[in-house]
Order: sequence, then C-alpha cells, then structure tokens
Amino acid sequence: MSAIDLSDLTVWFGHGAERSDAVKSASFSVDTGESFGLVGESGSGKSTVLRAISGLIDSWAGTMQLDGKPLGRRRERSFYKAVQMVFQDPYASLHPRHTVDRVLGEVLKLHGFSDIDARIDKLLDDVGLGKGFRFRYPHQLSGGQRQRVAIARALAPEPRIVLLDEPTSALDVSVQAEILNLLSDLRAERGLTYLMVSHDLGVIGHMCERIAVMQQGRIVELLDVAQMRKLSAEHPYTRHLLDSSVRAVRQA
Amino acid sequence: MTNLLDIENLRVRFPTRQGHFDAVRGISFSLGRERLGIVGESGSGKSMTGRAILKLIRKPGEVTADRMQMGKTDLRTASDRQMRKIRGRHASMIMQDPKFSLNPVMSVGQQITEALTTHERISRLDARKRAIQMLDAVAIRDPERVMGLYPHEVSGGMGQRIMIAMMLIPDPEILIADEPTSALDVSVQLSVLEIMDRLVTDRGMGLIFISHDLNLVSQFCDRILIMYAGRIVEVCQAGKLHEAQHPYTIGLLNSVPDLQHPRPRLDVLKRDPAWSAAPSVSALT
Ligand SMILES: Nc1ncnc2c1ncn2[C@@H]1O[C@H](COP(=O)(O)OP(=O)(O)OP(=O)(O)O)[C@@H](O)[C@H]1O
Ligand SMILES: Nc1ncnc2c1ncn2[C@@H]1O[C@H](COP(=O)(O)OP(=O)(O)OP(=O)(O)O)[C@@H](O)[C@H]1O
Ligand SMILES: [Mg+2]
Ligand SMILES: [Mg+2]
Repeated sequence: MSAIDLSDLTVWFGHGAERSDAVKSASFSVDTGESFGLVGESGSGKSTVLRAISGLIDSWAGTMQLDGKPLGRRRERSFYKAVQMVFQDPYASLHPRHTVDRVLGEVLKLHGFSDIDARIDKLLDDVGLGKGFRFRYPHQLSGGQRQRVAIARALAPEPRIVLLDEPTSALDVSVQAEILNLLSDLRAERGLTYLMVSHDLGVIGHMCERIAVMQQGRIVELLDVAQMRKLSAEHPYTRHLLDSSVRAVRQA
Repeated sequence: MTNLLDIENLRVRFPTRQGHFDAVRGISFSLGRERLGIVGESGSGKSMTGRAILKLIRKPGEVTADRMQMGKTDLRTASDRQMRKIRGRHASMIMQDPKFSLNPVMSVGQQITEALTTHERISRLDARKRAIQMLDAVAIRDPERVMGLYPHEVSGGMGQRIMIAMMLIPDPEILIADEPTSALDVSVQLSVLEIMDRLVTDRGMGLIFISHDLNLVSQFCDRILIMYAGRIVEVCQAGKLHEAQHPYTIGLLNSVPDLQHPRPRLDVLKRDPAWSAAPSVSALT
C-alpha cells in the first residue's frame, strides 16, 4: 500500500489576478517503508508539496491520500502522531524563548508520553547532541545544532511517516553522516516512510530508492536511483542536474 | 601585497551554566584578496569567527585577540559608530540563516531598494530597476513578482539569494559568506559562485567562505582553514584538500556520500581528544 499518494495536486498562493501556482498537477506515490526523494530547482515547489501534506496550506486542489485515506482540509492530532515534518528553516521552526528541554518536553506531553525525562535524553543522544544541550536556548546553538533539535522534535512522537525538508543541508558532513545513519537505522527498525527533499544528489542517492524531479511547479520526471547513478534521465533538466553534480564531484 | 585582514590569537567565549565555554580558542589567520574557505564540523566555531571579525557577537559573549587589523583600523578598539560604518561600506556578512536576517515585515523589493538608496544617490525608479537586475543576477526567476513577496513567502534558496544580492550592494572589500549556498541546487549554486568569483578576481575583494561542502570549497577557494573545537587543525591549498594529512580532515572527507560510489553505511568521525588539545595552526601569511 502507499503511505502517501498525491494525484493531480495543485497548490497556489494569492487570489484572482495575483494567484500564482507553486505546484502544478503533481502526482506521485510513496510506498510504506520506502524512502522517496524530491529534488529540483530552487523555488520549484518542493517545500510547498511537503507543507501541503502537513496541512499548512489551505489553497490546494487534487487529492492527497495517507495510507489510502483521503486528507481533507483539517488535520487531526492523530495525523501529527503519524506524520512529522522537519522544516527547511530550523531558525523559524524553533521558538526563540523556549529551551531545548521545553521544545521536546511539550511535544512528548502533547502525544501522551509519560517517561519524558528519559526520552528527552535519549532523543538528544540519538541526534548526537547529548544532555549538555538540554537547557540551551536556540540562540545558544550553532546552525547545525539547531537543525538537530528540529530533527529530535520530529522523531519525538515516533511517527511512521517523516517529511524531511533539506534535513542535513545545514549540517557538516560528519554530523550529516550521523543523522543519515540514524535515519536509516530508524527506517530499518520501525519501517518508517520518508519523503525527503534535498539538493544534494549524493544524499538522495544514499537514502532513497526513487526520486521525483521538479521544475517550475511541475514534476518533470520520476526515476529510480539505479537510473540516477547511470545518469540515464530523459528530461533535459534532470540530465542537467545530474551532469552538474557529477561534474562538481569529479573536478574536486 | 598587504592583507585586508590580520587576526592573531582570536578567542570567543560565552558564560554558561557549566562555566565558560570557549567557542573560538586562539586562532590566527590573515585574509588577502583571495577566497579563503573555512570548513569544520558543526559547532567548531566557524560562524563565531566570522561574526567576531565584524564585532557581531552579542553579549554576554566576549571577544579577545592580540591583533585584529582591518586595513588601518584596529577592530579591537573601534567604536560602535566606526563599526557601523565598516559594516556598511567595507565588510559585509551573509548570515547563515538568511530569512532570520531579513526584515519580516518589509517586502523583498522594499528591503533591496532601501539598501540601495541609503548607499548611493539614486532615484526610487532607478533603485527599483537595479533591484530587479540584482535578483536576476542571482538567478531568481520572475524577479518582478519576487519583489512584492515578504520573506516568509519565498523559498529557502530564494531567501539565501536575496540576502546575497543585498550584501553585495555596498560593493564590500571583504565579504564573509556563512554557508551562502547550502540551500541551493547545483545550477543556481554555480551562478552565485560566479558572482562572488568575479568580485574577487575583478575587484580584488577578499572572501571568507564558510561551508561544510568540502568538494565545493576545494574547487572554489584558494586556501582552506579546517576548524575543530574552536581551533585551526590544518591549513591547506584548496586544490590539495584531498591530500590533507590530519585524521579529522580525512574523516570529514570520508563521510561525504557520493552518488557514484554508494555505501551501505556512511563513515562517521571517531574524535580523538588529542585533536582539541593540540595548539591551533597559524594561517597568517
Ligand atoms: N506563503 C507564500 N506566499 C506566496 N508565495 C509563496 C509562499 N510560499 C511559497 N511561495 C512561492 O512558491 C514557490 C515555491 O516555493 P517552495 O518553497 O516550495 O520552493 P522549493 O522548491 O522548496 O525551493 P528551495 O529549494 O529554494 O527551498 C516560490 O516561487 C515561492 O515564492
Ligand atoms: N550564546 C551562546 N552561548 C553559549 N554557547 C554558544 C552561544 N553561541 C554559540 N555557542 C556555541 O559556540 C560554538 C560555536 O558556534 P558556531 O555557530 O561558530 O558553530 P559553527 O562552526 O558555525 O557550526 P555550524 O556548522 O553548525 O553552523 C557552538 O558549540 C555553539 O553551541
Ligand atoms: Mg524549500
Ligand atoms: Mg555556523
């Protein structure tokens, strides 16, 4: 069964003459337990797709299904127990006056966990921060440390589906490796499903089985990672993307 | 050739519940008319180094140094007023988080045109035209529409490029770019790097390029400082990054996932306490 199924999804901002469509008739589905990558140009609508699934944008048409059930306009709390999102922008997504302890504690309480103390320590360990960070405020953390708090918060309710928007682009490669290994382990242990946006094709190739390529609001190509490695893409934009990233690595 | 910047024994320290925390522990480096890369793991002190140069470390953080010379100015004793002038004209910093640094209640267009009109005598209409040109230069599609958007209405990569466009307005001699392309896809990344490259080669700007993308830094920069726990553990010519000697640098290089060479598991660093105990390597020229 598909964990996520999007068909003909259009998402727009503004009304009337001001309307601009950020996502245009996008369709794809992600199997349960699969890790699916969304790549493409900056501004092509990748974050918008994830935000629409999360219920953060009202202006959309088409159908979105979760585990075979259509999503409506509102999201229940049970949705957020099953589906969590890691935002592209870790600054905007953490409350500036809440400590790490409070951020994680509140999520855990909201989802009915009781052994909160132990869970906070475990989560901080999992993302490689450790207890020392528990009482820090966001402005006392480096960019990568903030992103790890955001990842810990998303993992806190033990979701089945995780929407990851550039989860490691603020991280250095060593922490990135730790986080990607953690995500792989969680997927193997708990059968999680990932829908992951990244502009780093190395990361996508490592994590995902299949990808969708977006350009100007449209999905221009779907391909699997084997095709991606062989650089056998049909669409000129995909080819351009693959070429430039292979070139970037080779020149080094 | 004289350096644009000479920094000796720079320290940045914060008081915390568990006593002092030293984010930067006595580093020395200079910047010429070059592309100087700074890499290193998260929390190693890259951003604090950049911010310290422009005296942007907020209280209760403390900055000390034996020398902090920018041209004729001794940054250690420069007044707030002098610093504001320096930040406006001589040195700019592209912050790691662009949206955080943009004004949330002003449209993109208003912010860029305002930056232009405070820096030069220019009519509103011309400022608007220039602003659109600048957005176009950083490869933003449909710049006219983007002018009217507010920061929360632009994508991650668009926000990053808007910041870049704004920081280039004063035509700075020194540009500190903190992860300027981390949210950009490869093709847009190339256009942004080209702009910075031209500023260095044509106008002799000095660029400090903070990034965790090792491949990118080794291609784009001239010299690289590798930071660990607030110190410089290694300095190398950018093109020779792959011949680096320090086990930490080698560890970083090995943890990069590569599309063409898949591995079931990525290598992670095994940190050696000796790395942070060793004295900082000097990158003065
Ligand atoms: N709240 C909003 N109001 C108006 N336009 C918006 C809003 N949010 C996003 N957009 C527009 O939708 C388009 C797609 O944005 P989105 O954030 O989905 O891009 P993206 O593919 O994630 O790009 P990036 O890789 O740069 O993060 C952009 O043109 C953006 O300006
Ligand atoms: N206000 C503060 N109080 C205490 N510690 C702080 C404060 N600000 C920063 N730090 C610490 O200083 C260290 C260096 O931070 P810095 O932002 O320079 O890291 P960075 O190398 O830029 O990392 P990243 O790649 O994650 O952005 C981090 O360990 C951070 O937690
Ligand atoms: Mg995005
Ligand atoms: Mg930083």
